[in-house]
Amino acid sequence: MAQDHSNVAYQVMWNRLISVVEEQAQALVRTAFSTSVREAGDLSAGVYDTKGQMLAQAVTGTPGHVNAMADAVTHFIRRIGRQNILDGDIYITNDPWEGTGHLHDITMVTPSFHKGLLVGFFACTAHIVDIGGRGFGADAASIYEEGLYIPIMKFAQAGEVDETLTRIIRGNVREPDQLIGDINALATCNEIGHRRLIDMMQEFNLDHLDGIAGFILDNSRRATLERIVALPQTSAIGEMTMDGFEQPITLKVEVSVKGDRIVTDFTGTSGVDKKGINCPMVYTKAYACYALKVAIAPEIPNNAASLAPFEVTAPENTIVNASHPAPVALRHIVGHFVPDAVFDAFDKIVPGLVPAEGAGCLCNFQVSLRPRTDAPAPEDARRSEVLTFNSGGSGARPEHDGLNATAFPSGVMTMPIEATEHAGPVIIWRKELRPDSGGAGKTRGGLGQYMEVGAQEGHEFDIQAMFDRGQHPARGRRGGQNGAPTTIAQDDGTEMHVKGKQFVAHGRKVVMAFPGGAGYGAASERPKELVIRDLARGYITAETAQRDYGLSVDDVVAVEAAVAKGEAL
Amino acid sequence: MKTASTRLGVDIGGTFTDVVLERKGDLFSTKVLTTYAAPEDAIIDGMHQVCAKAGITPDQIEQIIHGTTLATNALIERRGAKTALITTEGFRDVIEMRTESRFEQYDLNLNLPEPLLPRQMRFTVPGRVNAKGEVLIDLERADVERVVDKIAAGGFTSVAVGLIHSYLNPAHENLVRDVLMERLPDVSVSISSEVSPQMREYERFNTVVANAYIKPLMASYLGRLENRLKDEGVTCRIFLMHSGGGIISIQNAADFPVRLVESGPAGGAVFAAHIASRYGLDKVLSFDMGGTTAKICLIKNQTPKTSRVFEVARTYRFKKGSGMPISIPVIDMVEIGAGGGSLAHVDAMRQIRVGPESAGSEPGPACYGRGGTRPAVTDADLILGKLDPDNFAGGSIALHPDASNSALDAHIGQTLDMDAVESAFGLAEVVDENMANAARVHAVENGEDLSEYTMIAFGGAAPLHAGRLCEKLGVDRLLVPPGAGVGSAIGFLRAPFSFEANRSVYMKLSDFDPEKIRTLLGELQAEATGFVRTCDAESPILSEFKVYMRYTGQGWEIPIPLTEAQAMAPDAATFQARFEEEYAKLFARTVAGMDVEITVWSVNATTPPEQVEPIAPASAGTAAKNLGARQLFDAAQGGYLDAEVIDREAMKTGQIVQGSAAITEAETTIILPASRQAIRQPDGCIDVTLRKN
Repeated sequence: MAQDHSNVAYQVMWNRLISVVEEQAQALVRTAFSTSVREAGDLSAGVYDTKGQMLAQAVTGTPGHVNAMADAVTHFIRRIGRQNILDGDIYITNDPWEGTGHLHDITMVTPSFHKGLLVGFFACTAHIVDIGGRGFGADAASIYEEGLYIPIMKFAQAGEVDETLTRIIRGNVREPDQLIGDINALATCNEIGHRRLIDMMQEFNLDHLDGIAGFILDNSRRATLERIVALPQTSAIGEMTMDGFEQPITLKVEVSVKGDRIVTDFTGTSGVDKKGINCPMVYTKAYACYALKVAIAPEIPNNAASLAPFEVTAPENTIVNASHPAPVALRHIVGHFVPDAVFDAFDKIVPGLVPAEGAGCLCNFQVSLRPRTDAPAPEDARRSEVLTFNSGGSGARPEHDGLNATAFPSGVMTMPIEATEHAGPVIIWRKELRPDSGGAGKTRGGLGQYMEVGAQEGHEFDIQAMFDRGQHPARGRRGGQNGAPTTIAQDDGTEMHVKGKQFVAHGRKVVMAFPGGAGYGAASERPKELVIRDLARGYITAETAQRDYGLSVDDVVAVEAAVAKGEAL
Repeated sequence: MKTASTRLGVDIGGTFTDVVLERKGDLFSTKVLTTYAAPEDAIIDGMHQVCAKAGITPDQIEQIIHGTTLATNALIERRGAKTALITTEGFRDVIEMRTESRFEQYDLNLNLPEPLLPRQMRFTVPGRVNAKGEVLIDLERADVERVVDKIAAGGFTSVAVGLIHSYLNPAHENLVRDVLMERLPDVSVSISSEVSPQMREYERFNTVVANAYIKPLMASYLGRLENRLKDEGVTCRIFLMHSGGGIISIQNAADFPVRLVESGPAGGAVFAAHIASRYGLDKVLSFDMGGTTAKICLIKNQTPKTSRVFEVARTYRFKKGSGMPISIPVIDMVEIGAGGGSLAHVDAMRQIRVGPESAGSEPGPACYGRGGTRPAVTDADLILGKLDPDNFAGGSIALHPDASNSALDAHIGQTLDMDAVESAFGLAEVVDENMANAARVHAVENGEDLSEYTMIAFGGAAPLHAGRLCEKLGVDRLLVPPGAGVGSAIGFLRAPFSFEANRSVYMKLSDFDPEKIRTLLGELQAEATGFVRTCDAESPILSEFKVYMRYTGQGWEIPIPLTEAQAMAPDAATFQARFEEEYAKLFARTVAGMDVEITVWSVNATTPPEQVEPIAPASAGTAAKNLGARQLFDAAQGGYLDAEVIDREAMKTGQIVQGSAAITEAETTIILPASRQAIRQPDGCIDVTLRKN
């Protein structure tokens, strides 16, 4: 059986596999029920060889799953046992340490059989909205309170779904139909990937994937190593502080370029927190790796070989390597700051490549609405849970301003407010850019945003805040200024915390300002026409234009007059 | 009107303006260079040419149907009017904040496209409607007047109005429009509840802004065109092709110019649909490949698939998310950066990459000998024997294989240790694979299996690649119609008068309200029919009903076509059954126990489709006479084969050609792989099927 193929054929097959995992991911987006998947794109999909090495991963999805997905399948092979892998099996887990970092991510793996033999695996992951327990938030003291734990196990054996497992899942979560719907969507998307793979194997007359796997991994390894070898062989330390929950958290990281690998070590980072903002190693690794890869090898596709040279280590029981049974539900908050810490170190190795600090973690909040309790509620008042995803500004780049209200490093999307207002009796009164929040600099930090949230008449609510950068705004680089910090209060001035569940009485609104990205380089070096443009657009106020950028009063007056005449500037 | 026997189809494209005259069943066509400064000049020129060919004068034309890329280009090139947006307080930046995400996650220097209107051109007014359509805060006339003062001072010539939840209650938008029209009668006004009454503020606001932005330009162009044609003796009415594949009046087009975006490609899909009905084909994949892009569309039951949203002006390698969303009824197509001019390079993984960067017409592919040094798809096609260097574009451009060889060697061969032939093979396989992947993903998204499909190929480069694409996709039959070079303009002549009206109104099946549904659909039907009636006073008008449904909690609605009876005598059980049927078709399973909701309601009013003469397919007869032979690379076999060269013009009905072969004509060449055979059909189509022996 000839399995040798020409270079051209392998080129085509590699292209095809990348298309296959993209199809797999798209199928998931379209069939999932959880808003986090279908609206926000919090998912991942990939194809693996029989050893569990990832050959291709969909670009649809978010970086948090990059390495986690790459490692997951080997855990499945080990736990299930090779001899127990049957055609028609589907495996499942939400193990934070062997999956993707918290119980709210379900990972499913399907072995792919061709002509009776195992030829590879498909895996996919999705963030689901509820897994029981205390609900999505940082309030649990341990993983046991965070919801149902599903160890790596068979969801289906040789085509037969495990009804016992299904009943246990249904009995332990708040939205059982939705979760089972999501599990079905995950299974379907693997099935679609499998079918496409078999089509390809038939077309190229393949009995196994060894040849194409070798081609993909060899070329990816070589390309990645070329990039790493070209770096200065040195190491540097980065450090940053974030608000944390009750006390600040320090992320400390040493990045070392060592020949053909880059080692990122988190020694010196704060210990595990009491609240559920701890991060399992897989998730830390994903974002550390993403930060380095986006900086030095962005166009090399993610697979076992292109990821292998990026080694990530952290002492046990640091907040970036929390072990069982630490609570980890909101691990994304720490995880999303990992790139800023890594960039702080990497900027000392290769200056002028990475951005200044940005907003970091997503500015998400969940609103739990209910009929008012302080007075009789109207007949149609109801309970409802509404989760929203929002972004602050990203850090200024060496040659470009930061992006206004755009997620980085996360890859998720926001939802239309008109859709949010259909999801429950919530009213979003404001969602717009926050002038003056981008740190001044030669290139300016991206603007954060204002949001104001209230309830429909007859409702009160709790808001679960998942913000940071209240006390620790994004820091500028090379003389750039800091971004604006997060603020949150009620419209009557009542103070609120950046994290945790907080009550909002009937008739009150929560007024939030999400952080801006930091600036890069001295503001005095910013070209005047960009300062004028920013002033005309209202990205900065006249006061900032004069104070930070030295624009003259005459210039300000001229800009204001031009704007009134409708000039674009 | 549709029975008019002398009709003119005009398609203004980026490079050429195609003009087709149909008279008593005969087609006369020409291509003239698009005249950017005054696009109507090319039309007049082309019209006179085809009239001369047909031996008639312009006053004998009974109907003109026009499609144009002018609207699209104005958006891409940002050449619109000085436009302002009036929106709800607190939401000034919706069109700038987009989805708050990066469409490319692995580019630290990524920049997002600038909104059509910078921030200082976006004004806000108080007033607020909630998700039930109730007014939470009134909008006072005085507040509107304050903003209108600013608009007057700013000298804006066009204004877009987009308020939160206006698709449910347009009262505030109407008030803003009324004040604007009273105070500034010369300013053009577009309101989102009319242009695109759909939920999702980013898409709706962007659509109304795009409409306002191109409205003065398009209105002026259409007015000039009407006058010029009149001056040239034209007496008939002029209609416009819209993006949904139908025809609207020139007045509707001037009011809703955003509906003209992508009308050219829509014409191509209608053209393919017409061929499909002639052959009685229910499942067709249309494949249109030109110089810079390839477009793929699914056509089921002779009707191109439509969608409610699409993206225009993609700024980053045709990547999804890098353009601006426009929510209007549109023929659903995938467009990728793969054409004859697409350039190739080798990336860090030693993978050959092709497109979307294109050599354009200047310098063009290396083989044009105009200074291009990088290999393009056309260079690979030349080396593989698909093109005759002495007979390209009817002999008007001599091709230089040496230049192709050097370009392939320098940019691919040297890096990958391949000779020029293998480099060309690799390049062609990669571009064909890219197109095949796009088609596969599109099919998966629509729950379709391409192996049951017939491909219809048109556009200059499509016949060169269609055969290999069919091999890759497992498609057994391919039709290459005559006139493929002016397919879109022919398509215009086959399109019905149509207008689709739709509206977002949420309804769960557990709250099913038949009376409300009847009223809503009745209103939409009256609105859509009214538009069609202005085009055609006599024909019967058919109504096509469609609702978009999903499980409550999902974010992705699927279209559910309903019969008139199902729509106008609505019943929850029928809606549920129809939804489950379509859902299972797409996703292979349904979900028990979940409530289902309807999000969007749509009625398409259309004149009946043109009666099509079914074709009596010719069976294989004698072998076609060949002009000679040449070496043609066969991708499936991985080497050169002896191939016959056939003159398409000389092929007689029923004559057969066995692959490997090249069937040549002035505009292009049909490449027949060794796995295929071709028979000429009575209508001039070349019918390519699996080779029997």
